[in-house]
Amino acid sequence: MHLLILLLSSFLPVQAIASNAAAGNYPLQHVSDGVYYHQGSHEEADNENLGAIANVGFITGDECVAVIDSGGSFREGELLREAIRQQTDLPICYVINTHVHPDHILGNAAFKADNPKFIGHEKLPAAMASRKQHFAKQFSEILGEAYQGTEFIEADNLVSIGKPLRIDLGNRPLLLTAYTTAHTDHDLTVYDVKTSTLWTGDLLFVERIPALDGSINGWIDAINTLTELDAEMIIPGHGPAFDGQKSEAWQNLLRYLTTIREEIRFIINDMGTIEEAIAAVGTQEAEKWKLFEEYHRRNVTAAFVELEWE
Amino acid sequence: MMGRNSIFLGMFIMLISHSFTAHSATADEDIWAGLKQTYFGDREIRENADDLLVLEAPTRAEDAAIVPISVKSLQPQTSERYIKNIHIIIDKNPMPYSANFHLSPSLGEIDIATRVRIDQYTDMRAIAEMNDGSLHMVSRYVKASGGCSAPAGKDMEAAMARLGKMQIRMRDANIGETTQAQVVVSHPNNSGLQFDQKTRGYIPPHYVKEIIINFADENLIKLEAGISISEDPSVRFNFTPLKHGVLKAMVNDSKDMTYSMDKQI
Repeated sequence: MHLLILLLSSFLPVQAIASNAAAGNYPLQHVSDGVYYHQGSHEEADNENLGAIANVGFITGDECVAVIDSGGSFREGELLREAIRQQTDLPICYVINTHVHPDHILGNAAFKADNPKFIGHEKLPAAMASRKQHFAKQFSEILGEAYQGTEFIEADNLVSIGKPLRIDLGNRPLLLTAYTTAHTDHDLTVYDVKTSTLWTGDLLFVERIPALDGSINGWIDAINTLTELDAEMIIPGHGPAFDGQKSEAWQNLLRYLTTIREEIRFIINDMGTIEEAIAAVGTQEAEKWKLFEEYHRRNVTAAFVELEWE
Repeated sequence: MMGRNSIFLGMFIMLISHSFTAHSATADEDIWAGLKQTYFGDREIRENADDLLVLEAPTRAEDAAIVPISVKSLQPQTSERYIKNIHIIIDKNPMPYSANFHLSPSLGEIDIATRVRIDQYTDMRAIAEMNDGSLHMVSRYVKASGGCSAPAGKDMEAAMARLGKMQIRMRDANIGETTQAQVVVSHPNNSGLQFDQKTRGYIPPHYVKEIIINFADENLIKLEAGISISEDPSVRFNFTPLKHGVLKAMVNDSKDMTYSMDKQI
């Protein structure tokens, strides 16, 4: 079963996924019993890919459906909803937002008519309030028509750090865990107890370069915690789902983050500048990640101003 | 010059309305024409002053919240002729007048750097005001960052927990030799433009207004700043200590809180 999924996902070239989204064809990957996701393309959001660049999906129980991340545009949210309706007529009771980034939350409004509970980390509302003006302006321009209908819907059910929330979709308990600052200051993971499937949100990037918008030290710590979990299947925020017994994806992310942390610390201890760090740090990672040019220097910048205070 | 408050706040409303509509080159020129009139009135500004100043900024703002910029002078500071102020203007930021560095002739050369917020495609300008009052400008165009980068703080709780903590970072200085130093203060530099869902109001601004850097009781740099400066405001500069003395940095913020730090050289 797992092998089949891995084969399937590797057969689908990224470009095909992107153009499919634009054409209204929105393929789902079946990960385990009742667990589906759409794999985002490794691109920047634009009006052709509809912002469908992150993994979004759903889990069905006996009574309810939970959506996990709603899409990178209102249009992607609609496509995800249509795809759910092809699988099940059960009510959509929950929309879970793993964090505030636009590729994960801009589809929220497409589920408004289902009257679901919107669930997020306890710090998600503050993060949304401080970014939504900027995201609205930027993404209405980037996404064009696909953005039409987008609303920033605030989570009404919040998960506190240290107090995982258990929800039940009908003989289908999910465990939602809130993290201290890592990829962002409000990361949430979803664990499906029945199939032992872990949705990491953007605490894990596969193939695509990670984007640091929280704390490099916190993220490295979170990875060390997450790799101790014994999950059968793992669905990352970006890139293909994989067998949880395999650790390669985690090791790649950990190598990237620890490499840039080590090199930045060296420059800081030598009284070097942020410009020197941006120019020199982690360049050997360039061939190992998609979209390296778009995000790497930003990661070094963000990590530098954090590590400056150690 | 106008009073500080009117400079930092005066263009705010006009620019908000401008920034959502202006895209064409003509509109960008109109923005600058308005800013120039507001901040400098009818004074003449010599453009493309590449013989005097170099403004360095990345062509793309990698992280919208933290964009390193630097200004260097190509002519020495002397008591007869020196750069008295460097004004930094970021045309399309909510408060375009971003920084005013008051500079001492004893700096010998100007090599200063800071970090700013840039959330959209914009022109950025450094305008040198000489001791004779003449104005000389260089400018750069900076593209906005892509993706999920926003000019918001990454971890407000962590920022508030270390509020006011300061560092003076430098290698061991030798008397008579030019040395680089960085003053950095941990501060959220909150813009006041963020809406609080709970109170249905804007979070009051809380930002660093002034960073004063003295060496041996003489002022080297006074930075008047606003909300374009990044969280944890930083000033990096070159200076040449000619004797032993105390390098002292003092920070005042918009809530009249003050922080300071000394370093013996």
